[in-house]
Amino acid sequence: MSITTVAVTGNEVAAYAMKQINPDVVAAYPITPQTDVVEKFSEYVADGLVNTEFITVESEHSAMSACVGAAAAGGRVMTATSANGLALMFEILYIAASSKLPIIMTVVNRALSGPINIHCDHSDTMAARDAGWIQIYSENAQEAYDNIIQAVRIAENMKVRLPVMVMYDGFIISHGIDRVDVLDDTTVHDFVGKYQPNYPLLDVENPLTFGPLDLYDYYFEHKRQQVEDINNSKPVILEIAKEFREISGREYDLFETYQLEDAETAIVVLSSAAGTSKAVVDQLRQEGKKVGLLKPRVFRPFPYLEIAQALSHLKAIAILDRSISFGGFGGPLFTEIRSGMMEFGKTPENINIIFGLGGRDINEQDIAGIYKQLEEIAKSGKVKERIQYVGVRE
Amino acid sequence: MIVKKQKGWKEIPKGGLILEAGNAEQYETGSWRSKRPVRDENKCTHCLICWVYCPDSSIIVEEGKVKGIDYQHCKGCGICAAECPPKAITMKEEKEFQEKEGAKK
Ligand code: SF4
Ligand code: SF4
Repeated sequence: MSITTVAVTGNEVAAYAMKQINPDVVAAYPITPQTDVVEKFSEYVADGLVNTEFITVESEHSAMSACVGAAAAGGRVMTATSANGLALMFEILYIAASSKLPIIMTVVNRALSGPINIHCDHSDTMAARDAGWIQIYSENAQEAYDNIIQAVRIAENMKVRLPVMVMYDGFIISHGIDRVDVLDDTTVHDFVGKYQPNYPLLDVENPLTFGPLDLYDYYFEHKRQQVEDINNSKPVILEIAKEFREISGREYDLFETYQLEDAETAIVVLSSAAGTSKAVVDQLRQEGKKVGLLKPRVFRPFPYLEIAQALSHLKAIAILDRSISFGGFGGPLFTEIRSGMMEFGKTPENINIIFGLGGRDINEQDIAGIYKQLEEIAKSGKVKERIQYVGVRE
Repeated sequence: MIVKKQKGWKEIPKGGLILEAGNAEQYETGSWRSKRPVRDENKCTHCLICWVYCPDSSIIVEEGKVKGIDYQHCKGCGICAAECPPKAITMKEEKEFQEKEGAKK
């Protein structure tokens, strides 16, 4: 077992994780900012470093369809996409999940048009949150690498058998060079193990039907099963994180807390903005401010009670959403967390901050400003504006 | 009418999969029919064109000869009647047979 430190982009390390996993089939279509995941992986294929059957397709609808076919045939299948590509897969996302095919997909988060934009926000994967896939968000390249490897085990676990999406922020992480500790090939190979499909279509001795028509007499029952399976994945995700710690030394949970225990105010935010927020927490802590952070990792299944409990001692919280639910009461993270707090029975004062749409930067001053506002809310117990937009010009 | 007890979500295969082969036979699509193909034995040359064309495998053939039509599964699409070279098959209103056969299917 050896660990090597490399300087790579998020996309390079995602492709590297795929190489080490060595899936049976990859069907993918290039789209900014995911492109070099597929480009790099196709080099591995051309150089004979993987045994993967690489299917080049004419669209993402076909990419996900080919993944569904290959997974139903009994293969370990991976793909990658972003934004509009994910949108083009939309119908097939539901088919993959409802057919219980453990496909692993990297999604490099990018704004879903329009007007057309290629930079980061979470509107793409938030739109796909009800497709039945497990969704795991990564803060940086290291987490992207670690999450992709763990995703294989989560997806293929017998209690789960569901597709998994692993996300990281477009350009910020996908194209920024970061320091990553990578495992050796044998360790990854042994960790992911051999895939045993439940009902491979290629098993001609046991013919069966995939994807039959399912009307009002049984469709609802199949949906109810999906609810059970995705909820069952929560303890499985934790178990696999524990095993992963043994080979990597790195800790993973359903969410991460940073200086939260004795904090009075906190920010809740996904992905790369959590990194910036941690730097601000460090600065404010030096000034004696009791500030903290909670970064959800697993968004589906959403650990609503666990998060509500972890936030319950706070005086004020800002929940940051990098996507909008037009006409809804705040962003998706905000509504989920408020609903969880309601169920838990403790609702600290809270605000929702929409930020970073279409790649708009959020800097340390912006985040410090949010903590300052939280301090005032904690003092006065009054919220002036529940839903706010940070970084937009008035 | 016999109402079959339907299974709950814990009892059925996951993913909407159908695990046993050939069970489409249990689905009696004959109830969809509004017109019934009726074959005239005297005109039929046993060329088996209808057998080739029938999308529901409802032409019953034994030892190279048409023996009858499987009305449990024939949907009444009329392809056999249209394709039959000597026009040995006529499509008749299903209603007539139902009146004749009374309440039973
Ligand atoms: S197509 Fe007509 S003639 Fe030929 S076998 Fe069928 S019914 Fe008989
Ligand atoms: S009517 Fe259609 S389904 Fe019925 S026997 Fe003729 S071809 Fe087959």
